[in-house]
Amino acid sequence: MTTTPLAPETLEHLVARVTGDEKHDASAHSTLDVVRVLYDRVLRVDPDRPDDPHRDRFLLSKGHGPASTYAVLAAHGFFPAAWLDDVAARDSPLGHHPDRVLVPGIEIGSGSLGHGLPLAVGTALGLRGRSPGRVVVLVGDAELDEGSNAEAIQIAARLGLGNLTCVVVDNHSDSHGWPGGIAARFAVEGWTTTDVDTRSDDRLATALRRTEPDRPTAVVVDTTRRGARPAAEMTA
Amino acid sequence: MSAVTTPVLDMRARFYADLGPLLDAHPDVDVVLAVIGSGQMAPVTARHPGRVIDVGIREQAMIGVAGGLALAGRRPIVHTYAPFLVERPYEQLKLDLGHQDVGAVLVSIGSSFDASAEGRTHQAPADVALVSALPGWTVHVPGHADEVTALLQAEAATDRRVYLRLSRQRNAQPQPTDGRVHLVRDVASGLDGAGHAPLVLAVGPMLDTVLAASADLPVRVAYTATPHPLDAETLRALAGPQPVLTVVEPYLEGTSAAAVAAALADRPARVQHVGVPRDVELRRYGTPRDHAAAHGLDAAGVRRRIAALLDPP
Repeated sequence: MTTTPLAPETLEHLVARVTGDEKHDASAHSTLDVVRVLYDRVLRVDPDRPDDPHRDRFLLSKGHGPASTYAVLAAHGFFPAAWLDDVAARDSPLGHHPDRVLVPGIEIGSGSLGHGLPLAVGTALGLRGRSPGRVVVLVGDAELDEGSNAEAIQIAARLGLGNLTCVVVDNHSDSHGWPGGIAARFAVEGWTTTDVDTRSDDRLATALRRTEPDRPTAVVVDTTRRGARPAAEMTA
Repeated sequence: MSAVTTPVLDMRARFYADLGPLLDAHPDVDVVLAVIGSGQMAPVTARHPGRVIDVGIREQAMIGVAGGLALAGRRPIVHTYAPFLVERPYEQLKLDLGHQDVGAVLVSIGSSFDASAEGRTHQAPADVALVSALPGWTVHVPGHADEVTALLQAEAATDRRVYLRLSRQRNAQPQPTDGRVHLVRDVASGLDGAGHAPLVLAVGPMLDTVLAASADLPVRVAYTATPHPLDAETLRALAGPQPVLTVVEPYLEGTSAAAVAAALADRPARVQHVGVPRDVELRRYGTPRDHAAAHGLDAAGVRRRIAALLDPP
């Protein structure tokens, strides 16, 4: 049910339609590789059935960088690409922060930080044992400053939510750092963790596909470690 | 087993007693707790594994989890003390429920000054004002345990955003729970005031206090267990063309003022609101009765306010 893979350059063009060619939106771009790989290779979603109760859910908690998610959803046919051209206009369903009520494929309205992970915990609880769908929530490293995330990290592990994955997009923008690393915060609470970067789609997809039956998984993606992709993946 | 079952009159105890049958009858209902109530619900938890979720002392996660459950098609009932249910996770009410356009039934205890001996940390007289400031909420303030049961059963079957406010104060008799305003007592015979005599609207557990306060005054007494949204249609009909109205609420004074003003905007009206005063924090412990007296919400205080509106100086 995973939809057709997209050429990265096509996506960059779609993102540019949202952000404007000359304006570089670091927040949007830091999530692009993760969201692209999720929709290309990991999530079981169907743009023709965005309300399928058995779908996988992608919750964009870091709602201040929606351009990449908008671009990927448009590329996969959840809504017309023309919507990308007037983001935040009066009659546009797409705003600077996404609204689930307005946009097919957007699972939560977000923007205020620290809400996506607790919502994801509840969604995973509601689906557990009732649906094969898994829940993948994307947060930022600075967003983890919000204490509501700590509550959710703790309770998700105690409840053994094997259908929950938290992706932390780490662009090193948090104010006071995370001594010992971000993954350690999840690991000590009982999550299974993976550290990865965005240089290899294959490694990223492997990390994002991983689940454990009795515990949630955290994938910490360092988006600052740029460099050459493996040549074989350049046109993947 | 005793053949006679004594009805549980304490609202909180009734709520706990109702939950088992409610979870039996509604397979989509889950309960979310932050420790408070967890012990009392142990039998329900044992009977329905996984459907009573205690997140520990994590009230932001409590509301977030409820929002997520609702997004997954569940009907969450969320329960704790009013300040920890409404004030501490207020943005979660706004975003994790309201902005996501999903519902939940929030059931609070510790209304206004129920927790008089616990101090300000356990009191939230602004709860109804805060909840009703958010779009799409219904606020029920029952005055009797039977009303709690009726409202809980009705709302478990909806997908609305509901705040159900339990109180240790209660009335002797249950009243209707259909969301409307009901006339409870007309002007006593022998007293002046045919037609549209001055009206007193009592909300929830204030009814018996209002009835006692106004027994010898030429006023009619109406009741509602659902102050928000207010039944403007019935209020207008009862209040008449030249309303003289006192609204008595067991929480922050004037909480319903905007709704009442809107309902009566087309007529010359004299309206006063009686409730917990806004401007002063009462730094006293003692009993709820002590606090009611200090706030002017005992029968003597309410009588003074009603009488003052009838006979302005």
